[in-house]
Amino acid sequence: MTQPPIARGFRGRRPDGPTDRLPPGQYLTSGFPVLSAGPTPHTDLESWSFSVYDGDIALADWSWFEFEALPQTSVKVDIHCVTKWSKLDTHWQGVTIDTLLDAAGLSEPPTPFTMIRSDGDYSTNIPVQDLIGGKAMVATRYEGEPLAPEHGGPARLLVPHLYFWKSAKWVRRLQFITSDKPGFWEELGYHIYGDPWREQRYAGD
Amino acid sequence: MLETEFDTSTPNRLIWRVVEIAKIVDETPTVKSLVLDVPGWPGHQPGQHVDVRLTAEDGYQAQRSYSIASEPEIARLMLTVELIEGGEVSPYLTSDVRPGDKFELRGPIGGYFVWTVAIGGPLFLVAGGSGIAPLMSMLRYRVAAKCTTPTLVLYSSRTYEDIIYREELDQMAARNDGLTVTYTLTRRQPPGWTGGARRIDRSMLASAGPSVIARPKIFICGPTSLVESAAQSLLEVGYERNLIKTERFGPTGA
Repeated sequence: MTQPPIARGFRGRRPDGPTDRLPPGQYLTSGFPVLSAGPTPHTDLESWSFSVYDGDIALADWSWFEFEALPQTSVKVDIHCVTKWSKLDTHWQGVTIDTLLDAAGLSEPPTPFTMIRSDGDYSTNIPVQDLIGGKAMVATRYEGEPLAPEHGGPARLLVPHLYFWKSAKWVRRLQFITSDKPGFWEELGYHIYGDPWREQRYAGD
Repeated sequence: MLETEFDTSTPNRLIWRVVEIAKIVDETPTVKSLVLDVPGWPGHQPGQHVDVRLTAEDGYQAQRSYSIASEPEIARLMLTVELIEGGEVSPYLTSDVRPGDKFELRGPIGGYFVWTVAIGGPLFLVAGGSGIAPLMSMLRYRVAAKCTTPTLVLYSSRTYEDIIYREELDQMAARNDGLTVTYTLTRRQPPGWTGGARRIDRSMLASAGPSVIARPKIFICGPTSLVESAAQSLLEVGYERNLIKTERFGPTGA
């Protein structure tokens, strides 16, 4: 491996915050940038629902009202976007995937992989092990407020230990699938798993 | 790990390449284009971007993404960089670098915000500020490919001086090959200005854009506020959601 060229006179701005919480190649931001591939969907709460599928078979379905009545969990987590920004200590509230699977009557997940599906034809693939054990939720509140549409409202997945494109906005369905296959961005050259600590940004990283 | 083994297991892995600045173009008071020699560049599609990595003397590294502004037909790669006040990387790339300087780059990245002749038209390109960069790659490609796909551009800048690639855009439009460029200036307009004089809104999109019935392929790139409102307005005008592709630019906070 050859040494990278030194950018003459470049000093950079070292993060003020705790660097052990910043994955390689990331920088800290205090803003909350928005990135999405198309127009923001505005789904009204009356027609919103969240469902769990095993392949093509519906296992459970919640209206907004029913979903809001499920046990709620609050978390404080760091988030890392593949476009390089990271944001520390973000507060979210929602329903953990463990709670959803319980409520769906599943004592254990039927398959080892999932495809997460959203309004706007967005999808992303995530192994079940990365969703259960308190690692992920369907979030409906950000910093105590209802989640804004441009940030994925009314509900987005939150899987903070993976790059943030895995935390699919406008989420509507968790589908168990038998073998792992790429979702929207994964199909377009982004990493199939997306661990920020191993800098898995693009296919093959 | 053996190199051959590595190559076989990950044939499409994006490697870091050392690139050299061949030329620097002053585009506007706050925007510069870097023209780069990229040995072994595999080629790109109009609309894709790259990651840039700078290494300081003590080994500290910073990465950022930049859209490719050049067309695939030419060997050199052009990146257009806007100075973000208080930014970490853009002040360096817009004021400290000189021709001959080297840094690392990998790509091309992104296969969604992309237009090729095969995708067809008509095309409606909506840009705000430096969001014109990936759209410029599409426009330059369109000319290089001698393509006459009807193309309408609506481009919003703060002032006349802030219009990036203005001369080239005007020259392209003067070719009479189906391209129309409409400018709007949000902050200040020169005397006798005949273009738009406000932010992009629904009526401006409706009058500058192709007919809804023509089912144009739409690409919007700019700051989040512009992209959000333009995409929403386009839906209200009646354009199809699945034909609207967006890319957001600009500062990401402190």
